[in-house]
Amino acid sequence: MAKKESTFINMLLTLFMVTLVASAALGYIYELTKGPIAASKLAKQNNAIKQVVPDFDNKPGEESYKMGVDGDTLEFFPAKQNGELVGTAVSTFTNKGFSGNFKIMVGFLPDGTIHNISVLEHKETPGLGDKMQKNKSEWSVQFNGKNPADFELKVTKDGGDVDAITASTITSRAFCDAVERAYNAYMEGGKK
Amino acid sequence: MNQWKNFSKGFFKDNPVFVLFLGLCPTLGVTTSAFNGLGMGLATTFVLVMSNLVVSIIKSQIPDKVRIPSFIVIIASFVTIVELVMQAYLPSLFEQLGLFIPLIVVNCLVLGRSEAFASKNNVGSAIIDGLGMGLGFAMALTILGGVREILGSGSIFGFKFIEGDGMLVFVLAPGAFIALGYLIVLINKINQKTA
Repeated sequence: MAKKESTFINMLLTLFMVTLVASAALGYIYELTKGPIAASKLAKQNNAIKQVVPDFDNKPGEESYKMGVDGDTLEFFPAKQNGELVGTAVSTFTNKGFSGNFKIMVGFLPDGTIHNISVLEHKETPGLGDKMQKNKSEWSVQFNGKNPADFELKVTKDGGDVDAITASTITSRAFCDAVERAYNAYMEGGKK
Repeated sequence: MNQWKNFSKGFFKDNPVFVLFLGLCPTLGVTTSAFNGLGMGLATTFVLVMSNLVVSIIKSQIPDKVRIPSFIVIIASFVTIVELVMQAYLPSLFEQLGLFIPLIVVNCLVLGRSEAFASKNNVGSAIIDGLGMGLGFAMALTILGGVREILGSGSIFGFKFIEGDGMLVFVLAPGAFIALGYLIVLINKINQKTA
Protein backbone atom coordinates (compact mmCIF):
# COMPACT_ATOMS: atom_id res chain seq x y z
CA MET A 1 0.00 0.00 0.00
CA ALA A 2 1.32 3.41 -0.92
CA LYS A 3 2.12 5.86 1.80
CA LYS A 4 -0.51 8.55 2.23
CA GLU A 5 0.40 12.05 1.08
CA SER A 6 0.80 14.69 3.78
CA THR A 7 -2.06 16.82 2.53
CA PHE A 8 -4.03 18.87 4.99
CA ILE A 9 -7.16 16.78 4.71
CA ASN A 10 -5.22 13.52 5.08
CA MET A 11 -3.44 14.73 8.20
CA LEU A 12 -6.70 16.00 9.67
CA LEU A 13 -8.52 12.73 9.04
CA THR A 14 -5.66 10.57 10.32
CA LEU A 15 -5.25 12.43 13.58
CA PHE A 16 -9.01 12.53 14.04
CA MET A 17 -9.30 8.77 13.56
CA VAL A 18 -6.34 7.99 15.81
CA THR A 19 -7.62 10.13 18.66
CA LEU A 20 -11.18 8.88 18.20
CA VAL A 21 -10.18 5.23 18.47
CA ALA A 22 -7.82 5.98 21.37
CA SER A 23 -10.45 7.82 23.39
CA ALA A 24 -13.07 5.15 22.75
CA ALA A 25 -10.67 2.44 23.93
CA LEU A 26 -9.70 4.41 27.03
CA GLY A 27 -13.31 5.16 27.90
CA TYR A 28 -14.09 1.46 27.73
CA ILE A 29 -11.12 0.45 29.91
CA TYR A 30 -11.95 3.21 32.39
CA GLU A 31 -15.51 1.91 32.82
CA LEU A 32 -14.12 -1.61 33.21
CA THR A 33 -11.60 -0.76 35.92
CA LYS A 34 -13.60 1.89 37.82
CA GLY A 35 -15.16 -0.64 40.19
CA PRO A 36 -12.00 -2.56 41.15
CA ILE A 37 -10.01 0.68 41.61
CA ALA A 38 -12.61 2.11 43.99
CA ALA A 39 -12.78 -1.22 45.83
CA SER A 40 -9.01 -1.47 46.33
CA LYS A 41 -8.82 2.13 47.56
CA LEU A 42 -11.61 1.46 50.02
CA ALA A 43 -9.95 -1.74 51.23
CA LYS A 44 -6.72 0.14 51.83
CA GLN A 45 -8.53 2.86 53.77
CA ASN A 46 -10.43 0.31 55.83
CA ASN A 47 -7.21 -1.50 56.63
CA ALA A 48 -5.60 1.69 57.87
CA ILE A 49 -8.65 2.50 60.01
CA LYS A 50 -8.76 -1.01 61.44
CA GLN A 51 -5.14 -0.73 62.53
CA VAL A 52 -5.55 2.45 64.54
CA VAL A 53 -8.87 2.14 66.39
CA PRO A 54 -10.39 -0.56 68.64
CA ASP A 55 -12.75 -3.15 67.15
CA PHE A 56 -15.82 -1.67 65.50
CA ASP A 57 -18.84 -2.97 63.59
CA ASN A 58 -19.94 0.04 61.52
CA LYS A 59 -18.56 1.34 58.23
CA PRO A 60 -16.39 4.35 59.14
CA GLY A 61 -15.73 5.10 55.47
CA GLU A 62 -19.41 5.88 54.94
CA GLU A 63 -19.79 8.06 58.02
CA SER A 64 -16.64 10.08 57.48
CA TYR A 65 -16.62 13.85 57.70
CA LYS A 66 -14.05 16.47 56.80
CA MET A 67 -12.64 19.59 58.39
CA GLY A 68 -10.46 22.24 56.79
CA VAL A 69 -7.24 22.90 58.72
CA ASP A 70 -4.11 24.83 57.71
CA GLY A 71 -5.03 25.05 54.05
CA ASP A 72 -5.78 21.36 53.70
CA THR A 73 -8.46 18.98 54.94
CA LEU A 74 -8.41 16.35 57.63
CA GLU A 75 -10.74 13.42 57.29
CA PHE A 76 -12.38 11.81 60.30
CA PHE A 77 -13.62 8.23 60.41
CA PRO A 78 -15.77 7.46 63.45
CA ALA A 79 -15.58 3.81 64.56
CA LYS A 80 -18.61 2.53 66.45
CA GLN A 81 -19.40 -0.69 68.26
CA ASN A 82 -23.14 -1.32 68.80
CA GLY A 83 -23.83 2.30 67.90
CA GLU A 84 -21.44 3.67 70.52
CA LEU A 85 -18.34 5.63 69.54
CA VAL A 86 -15.22 3.61 70.41
CA GLY A 87 -12.65 5.70 68.57
CA THR A 88 -12.02 8.01 65.65
CA ALA A 89 -9.41 7.56 62.96
CA VAL A 90 -8.07 10.87 61.68
CA SER A 91 -6.25 11.07 58.37
CA THR A 92 -3.76 13.88 58.91
CA PHE A 93 -0.75 15.39 57.17
CA THR A 94 2.35 17.48 57.69
CA ASN A 95 4.30 19.71 55.33
CA LYS A 96 7.44 19.59 57.44
CA GLY A 97 8.75 16.19 56.37
CA PHE A 98 12.34 15.78 55.23
CA SER A 99 11.09 15.18 51.66
CA GLY A 100 7.95 17.30 51.61
CA ASN A 101 4.59 16.35 53.05
CA PHE A 102 3.46 12.97 54.26
CA LYS A 103 0.22 11.50 55.52
CA ILE A 104 -0.50 9.43 58.59
CA MET A 105 -3.64 8.00 60.17
CA VAL A 106 -4.03 8.60 63.91
CA GLY A 107 -6.62 6.74 65.96
CA PHE A 108 -8.04 8.55 69.01
CA LEU A 109 -10.17 7.08 71.76
CA PRO A 110 -13.17 9.26 72.68
CA ASP A 111 -11.20 10.97 75.49
CA GLY A 112 -8.42 12.02 73.11
CA THR A 113 -5.94 9.28 74.01
CA ILE A 114 -3.92 8.04 71.04
CA HIS A 115 -4.77 4.41 70.33
CA ASN A 116 -2.44 3.70 67.44
CA ILE A 117 -0.85 5.39 64.43
CA SER A 118 -0.15 4.14 60.93
CA VAL A 119 1.68 5.80 58.07
CA LEU A 120 -0.39 6.20 54.89
CA GLU A 121 2.11 7.64 52.42
CA HIS A 122 5.51 9.27 52.67
CA LYS A 123 8.72 9.97 50.77
CA GLU A 124 11.12 10.00 53.71
CA THR A 125 14.62 8.57 53.39
CA PRO A 126 14.74 4.75 53.30
CA GLY A 127 16.57 3.37 56.33
CA LEU A 128 16.31 6.62 58.28
CA GLY A 129 13.03 8.53 58.19
CA ASP A 130 11.02 5.51 57.13
CA LYS A 131 11.55 4.01 60.57
CA MET A 132 8.30 5.75 61.46
CA GLN A 133 6.54 2.91 59.62
CA LYS A 134 5.35 0.08 61.85
CA ASN A 135 6.95 -2.58 59.66
CA LYS A 136 10.36 -0.88 59.80
CA SER A 137 10.75 -0.13 63.50
CA GLU A 138 8.86 0.08 66.78
CA TRP A 139 9.41 3.83 67.02
CA SER A 140 5.81 5.01 66.65
CA VAL A 141 4.60 2.60 69.36
CA GLN A 142 5.69 5.15 71.98
CA PHE A 143 2.62 7.26 71.12
CA ASN A 144 0.14 4.47 71.89
CA GLY A 145 -1.92 5.03 75.02
CA LYS A 146 -0.59 8.58 75.49
CA ASN A 147 -2.97 11.50 75.85
CA PRO A 148 -1.55 14.63 74.20
CA ALA A 149 -3.13 16.65 77.04
CA ASP A 150 -0.30 15.51 79.33
CA PHE A 151 2.14 14.23 76.70
CA GLU A 152 4.06 17.03 75.00
CA LEU A 153 4.06 16.25 71.25
CA LYS A 154 7.58 17.48 70.64
CA VAL A 155 10.90 15.68 70.39
CA THR A 156 13.00 15.71 73.57
CA LYS A 157 15.50 18.04 71.88
CA ASP A 158 12.73 20.66 71.70
CA GLY A 159 11.63 20.04 75.28
CA GLY A 160 8.89 17.52 74.52
CA ASP A 161 8.25 13.90 75.49
CA VAL A 162 8.90 12.15 72.17
CA ASP A 163 12.13 10.25 71.57
CA ALA A 164 13.22 11.18 68.05
CA ILE A 165 14.33 8.57 65.51
CA THR A 166 18.12 8.51 65.55
CA ALA A 167 19.46 10.75 62.75
CA SER A 168 15.93 11.63 61.66
CA THR A 169 14.94 14.49 63.93
CA ILE A 170 13.24 16.35 61.10
CA THR A 171 11.03 13.39 60.28
CA SER A 172 10.22 12.91 63.97
CA ARG A 173 9.29 16.58 64.33
CA ALA A 174 7.08 16.39 61.25
CA PHE A 175 5.42 13.27 62.63
CA CYS A 176 4.65 15.09 65.89
CA ASP A 177 3.36 18.03 63.88
CA ALA A 178 0.92 15.78 62.04
CA VAL A 179 -0.26 14.07 65.23
CA GLU A 180 -0.73 17.39 66.97
CA ARG A 181 -2.72 18.78 64.05
CA ALA A 182 -5.01 15.76 64.23
CA TYR A 183 -5.36 16.05 68.02
CA ASN A 184 -6.17 19.78 67.98
CA ALA A 185 -8.74 19.36 65.23
CA TYR A 186 -10.23 16.38 67.03
CA MET A 187 -10.61 18.26 70.30
CA GLU A 188 -11.90 21.42 68.60
CA GLY A 189 -15.02 19.86 67.20
CA GLY A 190 -13.69 16.95 65.19
CA LYS A 191 -15.34 14.68 67.78
CA LYS A 192 -18.88 13.72 66.93
CA MET B 1 17.07 -10.23 8.99
CA ASN B 2 16.12 -13.46 10.68
CA GLN B 3 13.63 -13.31 13.51
CA TRP B 4 15.84 -14.80 16.19
CA LYS B 5 18.36 -12.03 15.70
CA ASN B 6 15.49 -9.58 15.81
CA PHE B 7 14.42 -10.94 19.15
CA SER B 8 17.76 -11.51 20.83
CA LYS B 9 19.38 -8.21 19.94
CA GLY B 10 17.42 -6.57 22.77
CA PHE B 11 19.23 -8.63 25.40
CA PHE B 12 22.89 -8.00 24.75
CA LYS B 13 23.95 -6.43 21.49
CA ASP B 14 21.37 -3.63 21.52
CA ASN B 15 20.20 -3.79 25.11
CA PRO B 16 18.18 -0.60 25.57
CA VAL B 17 19.62 0.22 28.99
CA PHE B 18 23.19 -1.07 28.91
CA VAL B 19 24.07 -0.37 25.29
CA LEU B 20 21.62 2.13 23.80
CA PHE B 21 21.13 4.08 27.07
CA LEU B 22 17.44 4.60 26.36
CA GLY B 23 14.85 4.94 29.08
CA LEU B 24 17.27 5.71 31.87
CA CYS B 25 14.80 7.81 33.86
CA PRO B 26 12.60 4.87 34.97
CA THR B 27 15.71 2.69 35.10
CA LEU B 28 17.31 4.79 37.80
CA GLY B 29 14.05 5.74 39.49
CA VAL B 30 12.22 2.47 40.13
CA THR B 31 14.97 -0.10 40.56
CA THR B 32 15.11 0.02 44.35
CA SER B 33 14.16 -3.66 44.37
CA ALA B 34 14.20 -6.54 41.91
CA PHE B 35 10.42 -6.83 42.02
CA ASN B 36 9.88 -3.16 41.16
CA GLY B 37 12.34 -3.45 38.30
CA LEU B 38 10.57 -6.52 36.93
CA GLY B 39 7.13 -4.89 37.24
CA MET B 40 8.26 -1.76 35.46
CA GLY B 41 10.04 -3.82 32.79
CA LEU B 42 6.97 -5.92 32.07
CA ALA B 43 4.69 -2.86 31.95
CA THR B 44 7.05 -1.28 29.44
CA THR B 45 7.22 -4.53 27.45
CA PHE B 46 3.45 -4.59 27.13
CA VAL B 47 3.34 -0.98 25.92
CA LEU B 48 6.24 -1.61 23.55
CA VAL B 49 4.72 -4.71 21.95
CA MET B 50 1.26 -3.20 21.60
CA SER B 51 2.43 0.12 20.20
CA ASN B 52 4.82 -1.62 17.80
CA LEU B 53 1.96 -3.84 16.67
CA VAL B 54 -0.48 -0.99 16.07
CA VAL B 55 2.09 1.28 14.45
CA SER B 56 3.20 -1.42 12.02
CA ILE B 57 -0.42 -2.17 11.08
CA ILE B 58 -1.41 1.40 10.32
CA LYS B 59 1.97 2.69 9.15
CA SER B 60 0.86 3.11 5.53
CA GLN B 61 -2.22 5.06 6.57
CA ILE B 62 -0.29 7.71 8.47
CA PRO B 63 1.01 10.72 6.55
CA ASP B 64 4.66 11.40 7.34
CA LYS B 65 4.14 14.85 8.78
CA VAL B 66 1.80 13.71 11.53
CA ARG B 67 3.42 10.38 12.34
CA ILE B 68 5.03 11.50 15.63
CA PRO B 69 1.78 12.88 17.15
CA SER B 70 -0.05 9.75 16.01
CA PHE B 71 2.58 7.49 17.60
CA ILE B 72 2.46 9.46 20.83
CA VAL B 73 -1.33 9.17 21.05
CA ILE B 74 -1.11 5.42 20.46
CA ILE B 75 1.62 4.98 23.05
CA ALA B 76 -0.13 7.20 25.60
CA SER B 77 -3.33 5.19 25.21
CA PHE B 78 -1.58 1.92 25.99
CA VAL B 79 0.23 3.48 28.93
CA THR B 80 -3.05 4.70 30.36
CA ILE B 81 -4.53 1.24 29.91
CA VAL B 82 -1.61 -0.27 31.82
CA GLU B 83 -1.98 2.36 34.52
CA LEU B 84 -5.71 1.74 35.01
CA VAL B 85 -5.43 -2.04 34.94
CA MET B 86 -2.49 -2.04 37.36
CA GLN B 87 -4.32 0.33 39.70
CA ALA B 88 -7.33 -1.95 39.67
CA TYR B 89 -5.68 -5.36 40.03
CA LEU B 90 -2.15 -4.77 41.39
CA PRO B 91 -2.61 -1.80 43.75
CA SER B 92 0.52 -2.54 45.80
CA LEU B 93 2.80 -2.59 42.76
CA PHE B 94 1.09 0.52 41.43
CA GLU B 95 1.84 2.31 44.69
CA GLN B 96 5.54 1.47 44.35
CA LEU B 97 5.84 2.49 40.71
CA GLY B 98 3.28 5.29 40.88
CA LEU B 99 4.62 8.27 39.00
CA PHE B 100 6.84 6.21 36.73
CA ILE B 101 4.00 4.42 34.95
CA PRO B 102 2.67 7.57 33.22
CA LEU B 103 6.29 8.39 32.44
CA ILE B 104 6.49 5.36 30.12
CA VAL B 105 4.85 7.69 27.57
CA VAL B 106 8.00 9.75 27.31
CA ASN B 107 10.32 6.76 27.50
CA CYS B 108 12.50 7.31 24.43
CA LEU B 109 12.73 3.54 24.03
CA VAL B 110 9.06 3.15 23.12
CA LEU B 111 8.85 6.03 20.65
CA GLY B 112 12.28 5.11 19.33
CA ARG B 113 11.20 1.57 18.42
CA SER B 114 7.95 2.80 16.83
CA GLU B 115 9.81 5.35 14.76
CA ALA B 116 12.94 3.39 13.91
CA PHE B 117 11.58 -0.11 13.57
CA ALA B 118 7.82 -0.63 13.57
CA SER B 119 7.10 2.09 11.01
CA LYS B 120 9.45 0.39 8.54
CA ASN B 121 8.84 -3.31 9.13
CA ASN B 122 5.99 -5.80 8.90
CA VAL B 123 3.73 -6.78 11.77
CA GLY B 124 5.52 -9.99 12.74
CA SER B 125 8.96 -8.40 12.93
CA ALA B 126 7.55 -5.44 14.84
CA ILE B 127 6.01 -7.65 17.53
CA ILE B 128 9.20 -9.68 17.90
CA ASP B 129 11.28 -6.52 18.07
CA GLY B 130 8.98 -5.07 20.74
CA LEU B 131 9.08 -8.30 22.72
CA GLY B 132 12.87 -8.60 22.53
CA MET B 133 13.52 -4.98 23.38
CA GLY B 134 10.91 -5.00 26.14
CA LEU B 135 12.23 -8.16 27.77
CA GLY B 136 15.79 -6.87 27.42
CA PHE B 137 14.66 -3.74 29.23
CA ALA B 138 12.89 -5.82 31.88
CA MET B 139 15.98 -7.97 32.31
CA ALA B 140 18.21 -4.94 32.74
CA LEU B 141 15.84 -3.40 35.29
CA THR B 142 15.51 -6.66 37.22
CA ILE B 143 19.29 -7.14 37.36
CA LEU B 144 19.85 -3.55 38.45
CA GLY B 145 17.01 -3.78 40.95
CA GLY B 146 18.39 -7.08 42.23
CA VAL B 147 21.90 -5.71 42.73
CA ARG B 148 20.58 -2.65 44.52
CA GLU B 149 18.23 -4.71 46.67
CA ILE B 150 20.92 -7.23 47.65
CA LEU B 151 23.43 -4.54 48.56
CA GLY B 152 20.99 -1.97 49.90
CA SER B 153 18.38 -3.97 51.79
CA GLY B 154 20.00 -7.39 52.13
CA SER B 155 17.11 -9.14 50.41
CA ILE B 156 16.15 -10.43 46.98
CA PHE B 157 12.55 -10.29 45.65
CA GLY B 158 11.54 -9.39 49.19
CA PHE B 159 13.20 -12.36 50.92
CA LYS B 160 15.55 -11.05 53.55
CA PHE B 161 18.81 -12.88 54.16
CA ILE B 162 20.51 -10.48 56.58
CA GLU B 163 19.37 -8.74 59.74
CA GLY B 164 18.68 -5.02 59.59
CA ASP B 165 19.63 -2.74 56.72
CA GLY B 166 22.32 -3.15 54.10
CA MET B 167 24.38 -0.40 52.50
CA LEU B 168 21.64 2.19 52.30
CA VAL B 169 23.34 4.24 49.62
CA PHE B 170 22.31 1.59 47.08
CA VAL B 171 18.63 2.15 47.77
CA LEU B 172 19.08 5.90 47.33
CA ALA B 173 19.64 7.69 44.03
CA PRO B 174 23.48 7.71 44.02
CA GLY B 175 23.50 3.93 44.38
CA ALA B 176 21.51 3.65 41.16
CA PHE B 177 24.25 5.44 39.23
CA ILE B 178 27.04 3.44 40.87
CA ALA B 179 25.37 0.08 40.26
CA LEU B 180 24.40 1.01 36.69
CA GLY B 181 27.97 2.11 35.95
CA TYR B 182 29.45 -1.19 37.04
CA LEU B 183 26.82 -3.18 35.17
CA ILE B 184 27.58 -1.25 31.97
CA VAL B 185 31.27 -2.05 32.37
CA LEU B 186 30.41 -5.71 32.73
CA ILE B 187 28.09 -5.79 29.70
CA ASN B 188 30.63 -3.95 27.56
CA LYS B 189 33.23 -6.51 28.52
CA ILE B 190 30.93 -9.36 27.52
CA ASN B 191 29.95 -7.68 24.25
CA GLN B 192 33.59 -7.07 23.36
CA LYS B 193 34.41 -10.73 23.79
CA THR B 194 31.53 -11.94 21.66
CA ALA B 195 31.96 -9.28 18.95
